[in-house]
Amino acid sequence: MSGVVGKRPALSWAVNLSVLFLVALWTLPTFGILVSSFRDKDQLAVSGWWTSLTGSERNIVARTDAPDDAVEENGQWVLSGNVFESGSGKATAFGISSREPNAFEAGTEAELRDGGILTVQENGDYRLVYDEQPEGRRGQRIFVASVEPPKFTLENYDRVLFSEGIGKSFLNTLTVTIPATVIPILIAAYAAYALSWMQFPGRALLLATIVGLLVVPLQVSLIPLLRLYNEIGVGKSFIGIWLAHTAFGLPLAVYLLRNYIAGLPREIIESARVDGASDFEIFGKIILPLSFPALASFAIFQFLWVWNDLLVATVFLGNNEEQLVLTGRLRELLGSRGGNWEILTASAFVAIVVPIIVFFALQRYLVRGLLAGSVKGG
Amino acid sequence: MASTDASSAPAGNAVHDLGALLKTGLLAIVIMLAGIITSAAAAAGVFFAVSALLPDSNLLNAMLVMVLGVAACFGYFWGSNAILDMIYPARGENIATNLTRANAIRPWLFLGPAVVILGIYLVYPVINSLILSFHGPRGENWVGTANYSWLMGDQAFRESVRNNFLWLLVVPAASTFFGLIAATLTDRISWGNVAKSLIFMPMAISFIGASVIWKFIYDYRAEGSEQIGLLNAIVTGLGFEPQAWITVPFWNNFFLMIVLIWIQTGFAMVILSAALRGIPEETIEAAIIDGASPFQIFYKIKVPQIWGTIAVVWTTITILVLKVFDIVLAMTNGQWGTQVLANYMFDWMFRGLDFGRASVIALVIMAMVIPIMIWNIREARKDMR
Repeated sequence: MSGVVGKRPALSWAVNLSVLFLVALWTLPTFGILVSSFRDKDQLAVSGWWTSLTGSERNIVARTDAPDDAVEENGQWVLSGNVFESGSGKATAFGISSREPNAFEAGTEAELRDGGILTVQENGDYRLVYDEQPEGRRGQRIFVASVEPPKFTLENYDRVLFSEGIGKSFLNTLTVTIPATVIPILIAAYAAYALSWMQFPGRALLLATIVGLLVVPLQVSLIPLLRLYNEIGVGKSFIGIWLAHTAFGLPLAVYLLRNYIAGLPREIIESARVDGASDFEIFGKIILPLSFPALASFAIFQFLWVWNDLLVATVFLGNNEEQLVLTGRLRELLGSRGGNWEILTASAFVAIVVPIIVFFALQRYLVRGLLAGSVKGG
Repeated sequence: MASTDASSAPAGNAVHDLGALLKTGLLAIVIMLAGIITSAAAAAGVFFAVSALLPDSNLLNAMLVMVLGVAACFGYFWGSNAILDMIYPARGENIATNLTRANAIRPWLFLGPAVVILGIYLVYPVINSLILSFHGPRGENWVGTANYSWLMGDQAFRESVRNNFLWLLVVPAASTFFGLIAATLTDRISWGNVAKSLIFMPMAISFIGASVIWKFIYDYRAEGSEQIGLLNAIVTGLGFEPQAWITVPFWNNFFLMIVLIWIQTGFAMVILSAALRGIPEETIEAAIIDGASPFQIFYKIKVPQIWGTIAVVWTTITILVLKVFDIVLAMTNGQWGTQVLANYMFDWMFRGLDFGRASVIALVIMAMVIPIMIWNIREARKDMR
């Protein structure tokens, strides 16, 4: 295949560029929130993340000290200070009325109506000079167009983790995910073995049912189960959601594992039978160790699915501090803090970082699992 | 292996056969239930004993449950097998009958927990939903087909169905198309695997996380102020007016679909890439010798050979689309004409608090999945033969 392209350098260039374009399209959105989550929240609110390295332009309004506080210097009365509260920044222009906020370049002189002469330097230092002692309690307003240096901070993460509840939700998600990933594996593996290597009436029907259950929409299950849980007193609890996720993961688990286990060489299993091993022994000593790749594939699917789930968690867990998972919290923040991108971006990144790490570390198994059968969707 | 099929016993003695089958089935159920109850009770006992000693932490409890859950599974499978071997020991004078009977029961012990859980969590709810759909808000009083006739006249339901069809038309097609392009292109370059990984990555991101990511891209600021959303920045950079994308009627549906396409393209790419690699080299070589251009090779030689895989990818994404919920909930919550069935059902369940109506909507989603379900089962049976 590659030989075809190798002979045509122009086409090869086009292919490389198109892939680069595709990759950019598929990674930039995530990259955008990663960069934004580290930006200062005032800069994030007024400039795009792609400008984060160039410094952001801002218009600020400062006020001089009150004229009553003017200090006498060589026969003149002077007010001085800095327009930047934080003390850093680069002023490009300034003005004395809101109609013309950028009337004067930094470093030039502007004459006020009351006779004062105002200069604002590039570093933000201002100096207002009067010939006679001025009076008044309100200082002069100064409009300044400034370029602020890029600022990066961990403050957003500090805030979402410890005061917006993302830290607690992270632990809740972990609490839901760990048992819900591990428990279905054994249950499914035994069932898959029975469906592959044991003869019994109804086997074909059972297999067909499981393939059918693969695509049953979760929505159908929610209300009956919610009622059942309330009747038997499980209510909204972790045990309820562990069991629910175990059940919803089972069809895929049985299906994937059966495809794999049925493909194991017949000779191994039959020679073990001839040697007098029982099915129980064959499963524990031969099947389980050999099926590791398939078990790993399923574990990754189930992990990603449970970690990323919102629907099941919303239905079977409460909306309180003790039970709100990451996805639920993120949804709540989208509602209550829709405009605070410093909180949303940092929260989103906390929510997606673990699955992304798992994804990159174990991609091999994930791909193998995908190719072994169909996949379950939300 | 020895056939243990009950039906393969000597014919002609149907009554005896049925009796034996019943006895076997009953014994299997008794052992299964005894095993499940004993191991679950033991696990629960240990859980309460140990969790009383542990500091109060959900996470520690979760670890404990994981260990106990696995232990209980092992306990069940080991214990139920041991009981079976005790009842029908593989020695003594009746060894042949014992083995046959034990072998007839054992598969059901292996399948037991899976069948019980699937029955409670997936099969029973389908039946129960059907019953609930004929009942009132709290599922108590019988209302006949009132929920169904309400649904037929409901404006929001029609909008949801229309939007679901839009999603069904666009998302599987676009994801498969981009996936096919990405698979073809990345297979030809040296850094193809890295590119694949990166395009595949959104698959690991939750729908809700992806919604935050894309909502940031669609962010809108009034004209004149600097845009912090990438899309509006590009649009204003080109000299057009900025738009509040997710509120633009009709077209906003497509902006929501982009999120799912972004997530699913990687999946399509991975599967199709494997299929493309499986194409016999000779067919392509023959085409090259005949002077076919790379594009002709792609459309006339490669694509026809992977139709089967394309169909699998297409149907898998279709099922996902029918259940799409998180993206709509997070981006618009069905406002501005973007409602879909899954979110509408959720709405009636949690805000409308009408289980009857919500059940009807859930059944509509189920009904839309059924053709694919049947097709899947037929394909699977073909594979098994």
